[in-house]
Amino acid sequence: MSSPPLAPPPPLPDAEAQCRQLAGLLRRQLDRRPVLVGIYSGGAWIAGRLRQLLGLEDDIGLIDVSFYRDDFSEKGLHPQVKPTAIPFAVEGRHIILVDDVLYTGRTTRAAINELFDYGRPASVELAVLADRGGRELPVAAAYCVWNVTLSAGQNLVLAQDQAERLTWRLEHA
Amino acid sequence: MHNPQLNSDGQLSHLLTIEGLPPRILTQILDTAASFMEVSTRDVKKVPLLRGKSVFNLFFENSTRTRTTFEIAAKRLSADVINLDINRSSTAKGETLLDTIDNLCAMHANLFVVRHAASGAPYLIAEHLRRIGRDDVHVVNAGDGRHAHPTQGLLDMYTIRHYKKDFTQLCVAVVGDILHSRVARSDIHALTSLGVPEIRAIGPETLLPKHLDKLGAHVFHDMNEGLKDCDVIIMLRLQNERMNGALLPSAGEYFRHFGLTPQKLALAKPDAIVMHPGPMNRGVEIHSAVADGPQAVILPQVTFGIAVRMAVMSIVAGN
Repeated sequence: MSSPPLAPPPPLPDAEAQCRQLAGLLRRQLDRRPVLVGIYSGGAWIAGRLRQLLGLEDDIGLIDVSFYRDDFSEKGLHPQVKPTAIPFAVEGRHIILVDDVLYTGRTTRAAINELFDYGRPASVELAVLADRGGRELPVAAAYCVWNVTLSAGQNLVLAQDQAERLTWRLEHA
Repeated sequence: MHNPQLNSDGQLSHLLTIEGLPPRILTQILDTAASFMEVSTRDVKKVPLLRGKSVFNLFFENSTRTRTTFEIAAKRLSADVINLDINRSSTAKGETLLDTIDNLCAMHANLFVVRHAASGAPYLIAEHLRRIGRDDVHVVNAGDGRHAHPTQGLLDMYTIRHYKKDFTQLCVAVVGDILHSRVARSDIHALTSLGVPEIRAIGPETLLPKHLDKLGAHVFHDMNEGLKDCDVIIMLRLQNERMNGALLPSAGEYFRHFGLTPQKLALAKPDAIVMHPGPMNRGVEIHSAVADGPQAVILPQVTFGIAVRMAVMSIVAGN
């Protein structure tokens, strides 16, 4: 008795097409002159794409949450911290945080805390390509194009190839 | 070989000396410091990394600049900082160094910043903490005797990288009282480790230690010769307080031979930078026209020093 062959895993969606979809969702916010802040590294790439697609004037901000993480006592400092750069005054602006995958919500929490050390924004919203559930904090994305169910051992990773094309990869712990 | 600065995972747990540290750790500290530079430009000049941790500044030897920059760095990491006035404390009443450490550990210290006149004092503390099983308490050497001043060495490397980008093409001169200088030792170890091909040690015979060549430095007694085509000049302070006996005829004669004047500086490359760990003795090792001139990067060194100390403290406290 041979067992039936395992079905091949479904192909992962096209991340570039998802960026265009996400830009479509953000378009109705443009009259508020929003500014984008990408969370390293995936969110930074996506924010760059969205700025182009939406034709935003302001440069994007970039956040590395390493100095604000809640697991410093267990894991120590990340060995490759990138500088946070917020090239506009945060005060009074409508800010859209951009990340690739929303999971526990801890990275979002850290990014909001960091953002507030630059000033008091008028509002902060979250835009992500993928929401994989598993929240440990009361955090939700206002804009999301892909709800995906994964097991705890799986890791969804956004990569950028040499031609600067964004692609999804599924890693197993 | 057991390296007392590294934990069992090979990560930096104490910073005692640059000697023997792998280049990957030096680079990690410099890269992390670059990220901390930005924090000092924000509205809120603080990150919450060391919130709830206690940093004890133990300065058994006087220093205003180093102690202040460590204090600012710890506060920008949100740590609680306690400055011990050692001269009026139990040490003056006869308590041993390790008894002082045990007492501070009982007060839940997380990190000691130690300056001591005796070479090896921070190492003694780190070994003691290992023996009593306190791998959650960390030591940063802020200068021990003539031995090492690793955070000064690192901030000097940060400064050089900031202005010159690449270490592997540089000629760096260290000038003056190298015999008494822990800064010079830390600098020479760091420069070697980061791949600087030409390191020159310039000074009178009485102020240069023997066997500098074994550290990888070329020795010059004639400053005009030694400065030729250098990219970086690190001036050292003439340490009058450490000098026993007649090492020098006079400060005036020292300045004539080894003081950095505009004329001598002109022998180095036109874009050479001039560094000094401070405090400066104007008219003894450096001419005011150089100290205040366009090639001096002495004040940026101080600013970089805060970011470098933030990097060191946050890395060791997390390991």
